[in-house]
Amino acid sequence: MAVDSGERAGIEVEGLVREFKNGPRAVDGIDLRVAPGEIYGFLGPNGAGKSTTVLMLTTLLPPTAGTARVGGRDIVKEGPRVRALIGAALQEAALDPLLSGREHMRLQTALHGLPRAERTARGDELLARVGLSQAADRKVGGYSGGMKRRLDLALALVHGPRILFLDEPTTGLDIQSRTALWDEVARLAAEEGVTVFLTTQYLEEADALADRVGIIDRGRIVAEGTPAALKAAIGRPTVEAVPHEATDRERVAAVLSRFGEAGEGTRREGASVLLEGGESQLAEVVRALDAEGIAIERLQLHAPSLDDVFLAKTGRSLEGAEDQPAPEAGSEEAGAVGG
Amino acid sequence: MSRGIALAVAWRSVHNYFTNLAFLLPSIVFPLFFFTAFAGGLSAVGNLPGFDFPSGYTAFQFVFVLLQSAAFGGVFTGFGIARDFEGGFARRFLLAATDRRAIVAGYALAALTRAAVTWAVLTTVALVAGMEVGGGGVDLFGLFGLAVLVNLAAALWAAGVAMRVRSLQGGPLMQFPTFLVLFLAPVYVPLDLLSGWIHAVASVNPITALLEAGRGFISGEPTVVALAFAIAIALPLLFALWARGGLRRAEAAG
Amino acid sequence: MSAALPTQVGQLARRSVLRTLRQPAQIVSALVFPLFLLAVNSGGLKDATDLPGFPTDSYLTFALAVPFIQGALFSVMNAGTDLARDIETGFLNRLALTPLRGAALLSGLLAGAVVLGLMQAATYLAVGLIAGAELAAGAPGALVLVALSVSLTVGFGSIGLFAALRTGSGEAVQSLFPVFFVFLFISSMALPLDLIQTQWFHDVASANPVSYLLQAFRSLLIEGWNAGDLALGFAISAAILLAGMYAAATALKSRLVRT
Repeated sequence: MAVDSGERAGIEVEGLVREFKNGPRAVDGIDLRVAPGEIYGFLGPNGAGKSTTVLMLTTLLPPTAGTARVGGRDIVKEGPRVRALIGAALQEAALDPLLSGREHMRLQTALHGLPRAERTARGDELLARVGLSQAADRKVGGYSGGMKRRLDLALALVHGPRILFLDEPTTGLDIQSRTALWDEVARLAAEEGVTVFLTTQYLEEADALADRVGIIDRGRIVAEGTPAALKAAIGRPTVEAVPHEATDRERVAAVLSRFGEAGEGTRREGASVLLEGGESQLAEVVRALDAEGIAIERLQLHAPSLDDVFLAKTGRSLEGAEDQPAPEAGSEEAGAVGG
Repeated sequence: MSRGIALAVAWRSVHNYFTNLAFLLPSIVFPLFFFTAFAGGLSAVGNLPGFDFPSGYTAFQFVFVLLQSAAFGGVFTGFGIARDFEGGFARRFLLAATDRRAIVAGYALAALTRAAVTWAVLTTVALVAGMEVGGGGVDLFGLFGLAVLVNLAAALWAAGVAMRVRSLQGGPLMQFPTFLVLFLAPVYVPLDLLSGWIHAVASVNPITALLEAGRGFISGEPTVVALAFAIAIALPLLFALWARGGLRRAEAAG
Repeated sequence: MSAALPTQVGQLARRSVLRTLRQPAQIVSALVFPLFLLAVNSGGLKDATDLPGFPTDSYLTFALAVPFIQGALFSVMNAGTDLARDIETGFLNRLALTPLRGAALLSGLLAGAVVLGLMQAATYLAVGLIAGAELAAGAPGALVLVALSVSLTVGFGSIGLFAALRTGSGEAVQSLFPVFFVFLFISSMALPLDLIQTQWFHDVASANPVSYLLQAFRSLLIEGWNAGDLALGFAISAAILLAGMYAAATALKSRLVRT
């Protein structure tokens, strides 16, 4: 089947499943599409299934069920062709501490079959692009975390892939290194039309970089869309009030209910409301609570964030998600796809 | 010294030792293996002209393996100390102990307890294998007394290294000198059957006196007892100072 | 675009050699430890040559065979822990994303073992001869001895690769050391087979292939040319290599489950 150049750079996933022996379903039937040239952010807490998904899409782990086409090629039946189209910087930087940056480049260019005459030039070009020219001849064991990540990215680009997989590329990096990496990823997509599939547990990363975001929890996609659309679906600002005395929770909920619908996925110890009248209603909320004589320990106004989207869909915050017990199948929390 | 702290530290080490096969098995199996290889594989050496050890080659090698297991048992204690410092657990002890020397005492006590288990198994196997014991109760007390002192010396040596390096990377530093000292001694034949450079080195090696005394005890013909015990007592005293220096370094590092 | 097989092997071999040479601790311990034991054992058991039937007057010559076997054991550890580190750090995944063929990976990884094997063999032989050991087979025998040593090092290295691929853990590879140590000790390491008096020890040593590997080396050092001993030594070495590579290739298929 002929594949046009547009398809060649996209990702299509249908019902992808990965089950481990005697273990849970790490990926429990996901569907997604990434258009060519798009930056797709795959957001979720630790253990949600992000890295497992990446391993399958990069052909390093066969799926248990479902199909996926990367660059128009089937990940199971056309593994080598998929690998020729993609670059990947996986969760570990995957570098040899005994080799220098330049030696890594030399190895990678040779393994990808670049002609000998081009290897050095390509390696030097990429090292310069990620700001590692000066450190190129130093052993990687002496590199900082940020330098390792940059080298990792450069190695993933050696053969000019059309699709780039980045698995938590900025975890553990300082702000400066993180921003530099974001800039390079954004440039790759904008100027070179590279499709980027980026997994992250950082909200601001998904917000800053991604054209569209898929939120995964416990192996399933619970929400998908542009960051703006996802937040708008949560919609209005939310006020959350936590009383001083746990016994006042019902009274707080009753007061807040005068100002709008109850917020979804409220934390156990408080109550929340979606303000129909917007942020300006906050003062009225405070007066109403005061009038009832309820002592409030904490009052927060949320502008919707992706964490709120996650909270709304799963009842848990992204940051605390990995600490919570798994929901039972069929429960409200066993989220549905949507966004 | 804080007895409670020492016992607590010792209990933890001993508990981990007995509940973790990865620690327990090698400390028993390796000495047995060496004993088997040396006494079994080299038994013909006992027939060499001039080799007239009264209790036979099995007993001859038993003494070496006993002292070797005592020494390496002490060294492996050092590994445990290094691991505790590397992982941060040692800080608990440093915080809890009013007299921190008790921590080192606790580790040493654990080393001795573990060594006792090894010696019990080793001795049983040697006796079942037909080892002849010419010595009486007092002689055997002397033999195992030497082993206790060697174990203590090695544990304090290793503790001193471990507390200075505070990482398992110090392992070779603990092991290699111990290995050197043990093997540059009359391992396979008595001192008077060695010649050349190895005779010269073994003659000045303090372990030689311990081996000769130990072999004298097991054969019931004690020899160089005073020298052996002088060395065996001096070594732990010397390494106690070494360990104390290590403790001070560890305290200073925080 | 896919690199040709020789290019792949060459690049990985280059990396393997560089890594070996950049870990001096590995090289030094592989050289020093066996030589130290040789010195101690040949000094301590010098008079064993007085035993009736001992094949040579020089215990040093007899014992010189042992470092070649010990060196091969280090190859298990070095090759295995290097690959295990690649698995643990994810570097193997990086290689898996290239058009790299499994055969190239295994062959390339063993290149470092070849270099170390050559260094070891040359060092042991040189030090042994300087210390007074004999080499009855002369200069041609030295070449055969080095060839046997290198083939053994590569064979054991492939076992190390298998262990690394099977377990994915450097610690697990290291824990194999005692197992191989046992094989070395319960052999004709210290005395010829026919002088081992303890019956069970003699029986086990007689069944232990290491005894025949030692005999192959000793035949060159003590006797000169003994076709039977040499053929058996090379055959065992080849068998270890074939078995090791087959096991490693099978384990690689499981480890590298790429589609």
